[in-house]
Amino acid sequence: MHEGLPVNPWAALAYLIAGICFILALRGLSSPVSSQRGNRFGMAGMTIAVVTTLVTHYPMVAGAIDTTTAIEILIAIGIGAAIGILTARRIAMTDMPQLVAAFHSLVGLAAVLVACSAFLNPAAFGIVDAAGHILTVSRIEMGLGVAIGAITFSGSVIAFLKLNGNMGGKPIMLPGRHVLNLAVLAGILALIAYFTQDQSGWVFWTVTGLSFSIGFLLIIPIGGADMPVVVSMLNSYSGWAAAAMGFTLHNTAMIITGALVGSSGAILSYIMCRAMNRSFISVIAGGFGAVADTSGGEAKEQRPWKRGSAEDAAFLMQQANQVIIVPGYGMAVAQAQHALREMGDILKKEGVSVKYAIHPVAGRMPGHMNVLLAEANVPYDEVFELEDINGEFAQTDVAFVIGANDVTNPAAKTDKSSPIYGMPVLDVEKAKTVLFVKRSMGGVGYAGVDNDVFYMDNTMMLLADAKKMVEEIVKAMAH
Amino acid sequence: MDFLSILSIFVMACFVGYYVVWSVTPALHTPLMAVTNAISSVIIVGALIASAAVGIGGSGAASKWLGLLAVVFASINIFGGFAVTARMLAMYKKKVR
Repeated sequence: MHEGLPVNPWAALAYLIAGICFILALRGLSSPVSSQRGNRFGMAGMTIAVVTTLVTHYPMVAGAIDTTTAIEILIAIGIGAAIGILTARRIAMTDMPQLVAAFHSLVGLAAVLVACSAFLNPAAFGIVDAAGHILTVSRIEMGLGVAIGAITFSGSVIAFLKLNGNMGGKPIMLPGRHVLNLAVLAGILALIAYFTQDQSGWVFWTVTGLSFSIGFLLIIPIGGADMPVVVSMLNSYSGWAAAAMGFTLHNTAMIITGALVGSSGAILSYIMCRAMNRSFISVIAGGFGAVADTSGGEAKEQRPWKRGSAEDAAFLMQQANQVIIVPGYGMAVAQAQHALREMGDILKKEGVSVKYAIHPVAGRMPGHMNVLLAEANVPYDEVFELEDINGEFAQTDVAFVIGANDVTNPAAKTDKSSPIYGMPVLDVEKAKTVLFVKRSMGGVGYAGVDNDVFYMDNTMMLLADAKKMVEEIVKAMAH
Repeated sequence: MDFLSILSIFVMACFVGYYVVWSVTPALHTPLMAVTNAISSVIIVGALIASAAVGIGGSGAASKWLGLLAVVFASINIFGGFAVTARMLAMYKKKVR
């Protein structure tokens, strides 16, 4: 069996250490206390991997270091570092999902480019046999790497455009798309299989082209509500792409990282699907949120509801023993998190217990709401996950729902015909009073269904922009 | 390294990943995505090898430039990913008592 380039044992050891650093980086995230140390492990691992590669693969020309190439490499790193750091400093926390989607697309693109250069210059990667042909195993790995990388890239570009609002959140349904998608996927796999027999350029480039197109086709029909799953899924793909390239390069750091990132994205997709009671297949098949709109229009009978003022809300909360705040994406859009924290501070000073309840799919990506609250200086030990706080609503005086809707809808528990039936929801209706901040009575949530909470006797609707309403409540509390 | 040893490392790492990721607190799922983004850019290793390699003929030069381009993209991700993760993690504070 061919062994590729002779492996330098020190380099192999260094890559293994880099891989372990990456494991520790994720391990650190088990608690906010250890998380910053974890991130430093990640940086250390990356430094080890990059330095090891630079030392063992420095550019040589005629027995001496090729300084031109070395400088070009350093410039390339410098350009990337400048763009990366500037973006990381400037990005608003509300825009995190877009940023992550953009980053995913870059991992995908980098994987494609590496696979292409490995195809063009296989000898440099030590994947040729004595006759100068690319090794059979390497051909499969390269084919898979370029395919997953290209799907990650084009899929993430669509996800970015949808999250960033450049493209409508509504799913775009092509006729016969399932057949088309399956045919393209089968074509890619067949070509990769054929690639082991024939290493002509056209096979490799067709695989690359088809994979770019399937990435677009797969994500276009998926609606805005399912974006948390899509972002997690693309996270997973970016990992598998890195792993596939790790196989090609026989590099343990890349393989370990790829496996970690791949599992991470897969687990997050699973958590998101479970939080919406949707199967992964139905998310991938797409179309959610397109049909719901038409069904919402027919049964619109006028039901009575109560409107409250900021003063009413302030009074109710100041009299309460415990207030649970339920934020959703609407809060983030209105940038109400800072005013909300101020409101919480006033209440705490007056001896009211204040807690935050987060639904896993509140926001546009896993954990998005937690970051936004952390940014507004809400201590993380006041923020609770659904299963940890749901039992407390019955003993709570006020549930303050702001910018969330579907995640509080009791129809998910009772109405079998509802599109969100079976989805775990926050039991806000069990609180003595529900204060529901909403822009108007007309709008419906992502799922396009009406929420019975609006019409309950113990609910008071606070119709206004989330940020303005909270600011008015804060003012009223001061009096 | 032969294919089987690499596969063994990969399978073991998948198991490690499974358990480590389940232990991540849901509150940190966004930083988790940002940091996994940064570390999956370890693909820069391949990009560096491609950039540094001596190419033969036109395809060798193309291979080098593709590698350099990949170095740029991966670096954006590495620096951006770690920096934005650090920025987010610094925001998580405990209650002041």
